[in-house]
Amino acid sequence: MIKNLTDLAKIRESYEGKINFRQHSKNATVSDGNIKKHVLICGGTGCTSSKSVQIKAKMEEAIKAAGIENEVQVVLTGCFGLCALGPIVIVYPEGTFYSRIEVKDAETIVNEHLVGGNPVKSLLYSETVKGDEILSLNETAFYKKQKRVALRNCGVVDPECINEYIGTNGYAALGKVLTEMTPQDVINTILESGLRGRGGGGFPTGRKWAFAAAQPKGQKYVVCNADEGDPGAFMDRSILEGDPHALIEAMAIAAYAIGSNQGFVYVRAEYPIAVNRLQKAIDQAREEGLLGKNIFGTDFEFDLQIRLGAGAFVCGEETALLTSIEGNRGEPRPRPPFPAVKGLWGKPTIINNVETYANIPQIINKGANWFTSMGTEKSKGTKVFALGGKITNTGLVEIPMGTTLREVVEEIGGGIPNGKKFKAAQTGGPSGGCIPASKYDVEIDYDNLIAQGSMMGSGGLIVMDEDTCMVDLAKFFLEFTVDESCGKCAPCRIGTVRLLEILNKITEGNGEMEDLDKLEELANYIKSASLCGLGQTAPNPVLSTLANFRDEYIAHIVDKKCPAGVCKNLFTYKIDADKCIGCGLCARQCPADAISRTEYVAPGHKLASFAIDASKCVKCGACLPSCKKMQAIYKG
Amino acid sequence: MKKKLTTVAFNGTAEQFAQLDELIAKHKGEKGALMPVLQGAQGIFGYLPIEVQNHIALSMDVPLSEVYGVASFYSQFILNPKGEYAVAVCLGTACYVKGAGLLMDKLESLLGIKNGEISADRKFSLDATRCIGACGLAPVLTVNEEVYGRLTPDMIKGILDKYN
Amino acid sequence: MENMVNVKINNREYSVPANSTILEAARYAGIDIPTLCYLKDINEIGACRLCLVEVKGARGLCAACVYPVNEGMEIQTNTPAIRRARKTNLELVLSAHKKKCLTCVRSTSCELQKLCLEYGVDEDHFVGNNNSYPIDASTPYIVRDNEKCILCRRCVAACKNMQQIGVIGANDRGFDTHIASAFEKMLDQTSCIGCGQCIVACPVGALYEKDDTAKVLEALADPTKHVAICTAPSIRATIGECFGYEPGTDVEGKMVSAIKALGFDGVYDMNLTADLTIMEEATEFLARFKEGKNLPLITSCSPGWVKYCEHYFPEFTDNLSSCKSPQQMFGAMYKTYYAQKVGLDPKDIVFVSAIPCTAKKFEVTRDHQNAAGVPDVDVAITTRELARMIQQAGIDFKALDDSKFDEPFGIGSGAGAIFGATGGVMEAALRTAAEVLEGKNLLEVSEVRGTEGIKRATYVLDGKEIKVAVASGTANAKALLNSVKNGEKIDFIEIMACPGGCVNGGGQPTQPAVVRNNVDLKALRASVLYTADKKMDLRKSHENSAIKMLYDEFFGAPASHKAHEILHTKYVKRGL
Repeated sequence: MIKNLTDLAKIRESYEGKINFRQHSKNATVSDGNIKKHVLICGGTGCTSSKSVQIKAKMEEAIKAAGIENEVQVVLTGCFGLCALGPIVIVYPEGTFYSRIEVKDAETIVNEHLVGGNPVKSLLYSETVKGDEILSLNETAFYKKQKRVALRNCGVVDPECINEYIGTNGYAALGKVLTEMTPQDVINTILESGLRGRGGGGFPTGRKWAFAAAQPKGQKYVVCNADEGDPGAFMDRSILEGDPHALIEAMAIAAYAIGSNQGFVYVRAEYPIAVNRLQKAIDQAREEGLLGKNIFGTDFEFDLQIRLGAGAFVCGEETALLTSIEGNRGEPRPRPPFPAVKGLWGKPTIINNVETYANIPQIINKGANWFTSMGTEKSKGTKVFALGGKITNTGLVEIPMGTTLREVVEEIGGGIPNGKKFKAAQTGGPSGGCIPASKYDVEIDYDNLIAQGSMMGSGGLIVMDEDTCMVDLAKFFLEFTVDESCGKCAPCRIGTVRLLEILNKITEGNGEMEDLDKLEELANYIKSASLCGLGQTAPNPVLSTLANFRDEYIAHIVDKKCPAGVCKNLFTYKIDADKCIGCGLCARQCPADAISRTEYVAPGHKLASFAIDASKCVKCGACLPSCKKMQAIYKG
Repeated sequence: MKKKLTTVAFNGTAEQFAQLDELIAKHKGEKGALMPVLQGAQGIFGYLPIEVQNHIALSMDVPLSEVYGVASFYSQFILNPKGEYAVAVCLGTACYVKGAGLLMDKLESLLGIKNGEISADRKFSLDATRCIGACGLAPVLTVNEEVYGRLTPDMIKGILDKYN
Repeated sequence: MENMVNVKINNREYSVPANSTILEAARYAGIDIPTLCYLKDINEIGACRLCLVEVKGARGLCAACVYPVNEGMEIQTNTPAIRRARKTNLELVLSAHKKKCLTCVRSTSCELQKLCLEYGVDEDHFVGNNNSYPIDASTPYIVRDNEKCILCRRCVAACKNMQQIGVIGANDRGFDTHIASAFEKMLDQTSCIGCGQCIVACPVGALYEKDDTAKVLEALADPTKHVAICTAPSIRATIGECFGYEPGTDVEGKMVSAIKALGFDGVYDMNLTADLTIMEEATEFLARFKEGKNLPLITSCSPGWVKYCEHYFPEFTDNLSSCKSPQQMFGAMYKTYYAQKVGLDPKDIVFVSAIPCTAKKFEVTRDHQNAAGVPDVDVAITTRELARMIQQAGIDFKALDDSKFDEPFGIGSGAGAIFGATGGVMEAALRTAAEVLEGKNLLEVSEVRGTEGIKRATYVLDGKEIKVAVASGTANAKALLNSVKNGEKIDFIEIMACPGGCVNGGGQPTQPAVVRNNVDLKALRASVLYTADKKMDLRKSHENSAIKMLYDEFFGAPASHKAHEILHTKYVKRGL
């Protein structure tokens, strides 16, 4: 039970050595008592699904067998970020980076590396092997340019151990605000830091808190939006899985600032590991007296409950989230009144997302100036992005605001695979827009992205290469919003469906030029007239692809061609008769019996070539793999 | 999404209802308890048929239409149980031209249920799906995670027998 | 003095109450902003997005119906951008609406149609696929056609928020959202009470009463049938609205002329059987009061309330007065007493009632409502249906002279007249009780008048304290009954299913939201009844000569065996 700051300091002192041991610098001199090595295994959702928990068990078994269990600590951590390479195992103090580990590799690593002192080169992430030299984790291109603030403890601490969090100076910020700061001081610090909401809109966090604090005393609520729903974005999940105490600490700080005693974390039910770890963390915090009454011996009291979502993207919208917590259909409410004035059950409520909260304790500890030293003029600090799509290093990165898109994709993300060219990047998921290659050097921050017709959103960043059809992309996102529209307001309920129908018409080759005007008219209307953020942003993918790739739309409409060869109605599969060796593999694959032998024997070939009957072809593409070697089948 | 309603007879037990009552009692007086209760009820019964929702409505003094409004809003609430073995026939274009429709007919007659239904013993449920990307194997069906390809109607019985 | 703020609307300055919405502020400025979903106090959800306006500094357009004003706010309500947005909105709504406007029952009274005309929309600007829904005509009273539904949710608000019943709600999500009962059950499978408040809330033709006028017209055309009609107390106060009169206009004389022109063999005043109800019910009350049994006695003239009681408070069915409603009493009396008197076979009589109520269409189908071996009432038509029949017959309503109801059932007292407003039955009963018990001349009982949801009063009659209460709207009924369950002692309760009583019934003329939100329809319509009552010499039920005749010639005395056989009924405990 932690009763005061002295109790906290005692725990911190006995655990900070452990945390320093996991410094990402291989030349740091660190020690952790008798323990010689720390083995960190990623326990994020991605790595867990590729058996990291079993790897840990196997490793512990081998360590025991080798008799070194007193010298090695094995930790299941949160996500390291480089999900493409999972499961990931890191060995400290040197920071050796093992990637794509299988259960059978566990013993090898123990015997050769932990016992023998020789890293297993064949299992290392190839980028870290430079001849004889082995680079550490943070010397890789992926980590070098990152600045981990919100993610600082992910992949460092054991998320199920509150003491490790305290070892990172955890709960010190809460201690500081409760004993040294007034609620107004806290709000001022957050205001000065310039922190803006990381969930989408980018509203200044401090102002939100100030509104709620200004409401008359009485029941108020602090809510965390962990209903991360953008396809491909998973930073909130990573923080919940890797550093749940940071969220608890931040929410308690927020509660102190606005005068609340009760918080709710609304988490997607699709995040079982996150929910489980957060619940454990809440239980530990309660046990230690960091939640409940008289926290740090003061009058401050605060407790936290988890509420699970049930599969509705719209509940990421703050008012919909509140109606959902209240036990209703997750339909948004009009604003104003804003939640800070009239929120959960009509009481003043602040809602921030996980990543926003994760910044709070460090802003309190290190000061607003430290935070404003990172980022751009109007966007301070860092932002976490989930890299996905046609990019080498798919995963989670945290960069200072102002980093260019090119740096993120080319340097941190490792560029685009298969020698393809960058075409565009979609930020903000279905609510955002695409940034074309001509804007590759845009400095990423809230205002620049909005100026590009996109938005920060929660931080999904999907990279597209030349094989992506932008009309099809707009259609993809719109299908998502149509599925997820709550159906309350007419513009979103009907408008998005009509938009989608026009896009379908275009991708099916039935588009007319007037449809482009109609798309724009309707998209702009939905944007200005919808009740909530979902509807107001749903047309963005259409508007931004129209603005940046209008020629592709025109190609679909006028030439009846899909330049990227994606829209099935607008291309046919053909066989280059001169390349065809007449093996007939493709014909055997064809589900539609559309491929048959011709009488033409190409020069230099022995067998007659095959041809595709376009009228029978269903364009499933099943024939393509069979001709991989000869590449005789093409889209035309 | 329009939620599919079940056609299968309800077979909830007294023990399940006792669990449900316990759950409701646990949330008694708690604000916004309907969602956690529905989530818990789905955990107990596997789905949320009218018998369960009605019980919740009466016990919590909420109109049934409100309970159903919530249950039909969120995609995780299931109104129609899946069978122990979920049979899904791909009706994508490639499979369809290869006779997936005939597979569906055969399944319907062998299982005695229609597309979207579940057998009385809850062993099999039958659904049509969109293209699963296995066009080279068309026509295909899946049973839980298992994929069966290049099928003809006379092969269906053999597949079902594996699960019987 | 109210707190005021200064706002600019369309560049002109106004001082408006600080707690108003933009919609309300604009009304102060004489500007009507169009709405479809907004119903004051019960449906303030900002969903239809038609009332969008520009607010300086706000992102996007703002929904005026829910957007609060503040000091210095600058609002534009009629810019090209707003007109375009509203037009696009209407075009989208139309793209998902079954545009059978020519044959729609709400054609010309449809709020959507009116706006589409105003904004000059192209009804085919957006074309797309729509969901298909079955028409729910399962009940004898309401038809739901979801393909016309625009999802404003006013019906849900009426059912769930106003009446606190909630047998309908929004199901599914997104484009598949639709209004229906749980598990897509037809309405007759639910605990719907048939009050019809959903119908009068509906801005379009998605909800309407089951039209029974064809049955009436068929009977009128059949020379072998004797077709009689009686009109409920409140109809004369409302039917004028269907013919262009302002709400609150008494058109009794023209109404009677119009109905006579339709060719009925007898046109009677239901005020008479309202009086008859008082005779029976007051007697019943005095008997129960003396015995202390089944108290409180609760009135039974509102069939929506009766069904509500049977579903939601079955433990109170023994408290219901066993009296049939005035409608059923009329039919029962007509097919027994009158048939006998003039030598008609009850089978040849088609008895029609014109009522403000959709639940009465259910009431005519109930068991124990067939005193002469045939249904007491054959067809119950709402105010709207009666008006439709008059319109179809080409009768120029406004040009008609006044007529009187036919004898011998054309006499109703003022007490009978006020049955149409909440508190009226109680007041009528108290007038008779006071005189019977104490010989006291009680004429106006102000405590039970007015449109508040629940009214309570205590009277000392014959040295005994009698506690009475009046509730209108089932939400208020629920609150009152729960209070009785918790021990509140009341002796006599009047309950009407519809807020404000029959003047605001589910069968009354529809009024657009702009009227409903800004005019107190309930009070205005009720004033007609109270004015009529005040003007009458005959203000007490027991003084009605026709009532005396009925008892002298046929029933003997109130609560006689014969009266019980013919004028009383039974209830069922339906539960949920």
